[in-house]
Amino acid sequence: MGMQFGIFTVGDVTPDPTNGTAPSEHERIKAMTTIALKAEEVGLDVFATGEHHNPPFVPSSPTTMLGWIAAKTSKLLLSTATTLITTNDPVKIAEDYAMLQHLADGRVDLMLGRGNTGPVYPWFGQDIRNGIALAIENYSLLHRLWREDVVDWKGKFRTPLQAFTSTPAPLDGVPPFVWHGSIRSPEIAEQAAYYGDGFFANHIFWPKEHTQRMVGLYRQRFEHYGHGSADQAIVGLGGQVFMRKNSQDAVKEFRPYFDNAPVYGHGPSLEEFSAETPLTVGSPQQVIDRTLGFREYVGDYQRQLFLVDHAGLPLKTVLEQLDMLGEEVVPVLRKEFAAIRKPGVPDAPTHASLVEAAAAKNSTVEAVPAGKDGQ
Amino acid sequence: MKQRTLAVVSAGLSQPSSTRLLADRLAAATRGELERLGVSVDTNFVEVRDHAHDIMNNLLTGFPSAALRQAIDAVTNADGLIVVTPIFNASYSGLFKSFFDVLDDSALVGRPVLLAATGGSARHSLALEHAVRPMFSYLRALSVPTSVYAAPEDWAGAPGDAQASGALADRIRRAAAELAELVERHEPTKAADPFALTTTFEELLGGS
Repeated sequence: MGMQFGIFTVGDVTPDPTNGTAPSEHERIKAMTTIALKAEEVGLDVFATGEHHNPPFVPSSPTTMLGWIAAKTSKLLLSTATTLITTNDPVKIAEDYAMLQHLADGRVDLMLGRGNTGPVYPWFGQDIRNGIALAIENYSLLHRLWREDVVDWKGKFRTPLQAFTSTPAPLDGVPPFVWHGSIRSPEIAEQAAYYGDGFFANHIFWPKEHTQRMVGLYRQRFEHYGHGSADQAIVGLGGQVFMRKNSQDAVKEFRPYFDNAPVYGHGPSLEEFSAETPLTVGSPQQVIDRTLGFREYVGDYQRQLFLVDHAGLPLKTVLEQLDMLGEEVVPVLRKEFAAIRKPGVPDAPTHASLVEAAAAKNSTVEAVPAGKDGQ
Repeated sequence: MKQRTLAVVSAGLSQPSSTRLLADRLAAATRGELERLGVSVDTNFVEVRDHAHDIMNNLLTGFPSAALRQAIDAVTNADGLIVVTPIFNASYSGLFKSFFDVLDDSALVGRPVLLAATGGSARHSLALEHAVRPMFSYLRALSVPTSVYAAPEDWAGAPGDAQASGALADRIRRAAAELAELVERHEPTKAADPFALTTTFEELLGGS
């Protein structure tokens, strides 16, 4: 498969600044699923949804949404663009995502994040000041629940477990692949490296130097923990694009959405933000060129997700963006990235490749290591 | 010869500004005192007005532009600071405050700082003690005991009437000497790297 390309969504309900109309929650939720189905239709590999528990965001229940999408798709990989490892009970994460993995025949992985909205933590009985400690403890439990039949466990943040078995067990005994995401907490890059999991850099709202530092640290520690060489670590990046055939049209159409967007609206100009962050507003060719450049500061990587549906952009516009991604951008990126990729760099893990790797590990403990390189 | 760096943060709004004029005099006096102590000085000026838009953008987006990053680095890597704000509404100006609001809250811990301000009347001078000094105490910087306030009359003194301007010159000299003494003893500063891993995973796991 080579690199994976897809989209990730925050699921914000934002009024369209050009006409003031906002979708209802119902309309936004249905738009998100329409976008997911379209992603498969145009040949993208991944759809990922955020998890939020505060307005103006709607996706509070990712496995419900992804389960619905799984039933309507056959190839699309379903992921999260943050599963809150801090405020969700790791036991429920283990069960919910294993169930989803069964229903989706293995087309599931997840991206863990801490969440940065202070008030959300106490709503779930936690404290944002324990963010890192929660991420470390909860994941260490989740990791065991997916790998051990019967778990005895005691920690600081959750009630102890005695003789607990998480059900269902992961499909084929192979847990969903996990990415850890963080903007600037080196502890999370360290966590991803320790477990040999993937590291995902949001790469949208901050300068590329943040991404470069975090990915560099992750790769170095991945090698330190013996999972492979630094350039074999599993890296995913975000990206934000808006395209029209002519780049001036793209800038003109996107500017009001940019100027009023949550997070950076009413701040820097579109031009400043495009220079300081990976945001690319222009022609499909500009998006191709910029995206190929990401590799220069993170190395060969496995997954590229684009944000295309926020800030009040109408569904119709978003679907047009997906058409352009599927027809003009991603096919070129697949080819170009494959052509320049260093030998020995692994593909992004899939359920099939993880099952294969697990079988190889079990059957050839003392034999020659399997030289599997892709599918 | 010992080597030290000074950063001079000046938040005047007009150009030329009396705030910058005061900053220049403080910088020159401090440099003189340090040289007298056998220390060679590298001085970086940060004119906050030049970064006004970037500072507001940083507050909104959470990261500095490349140009603002340079100014922030100049301040957080300096061995000593001279900070000068105009007094607005009995306090530092909003722009001055915003510049320090975008620094990491531990960026100035233990750093020698000379506090100074300008204003339209001598009646506002204690704003340095009631507003500016507490902010730098909060940041755990080492503020020198003498703060320097310049009112219009301090600049107005005619050559024959040296009383007012002479008092300002004395204050500048005293404050500069206090700062120089601290900077001379201060080991050169290296700002903390926010991306550096300062723990191992075993420690993280053990601590939970």
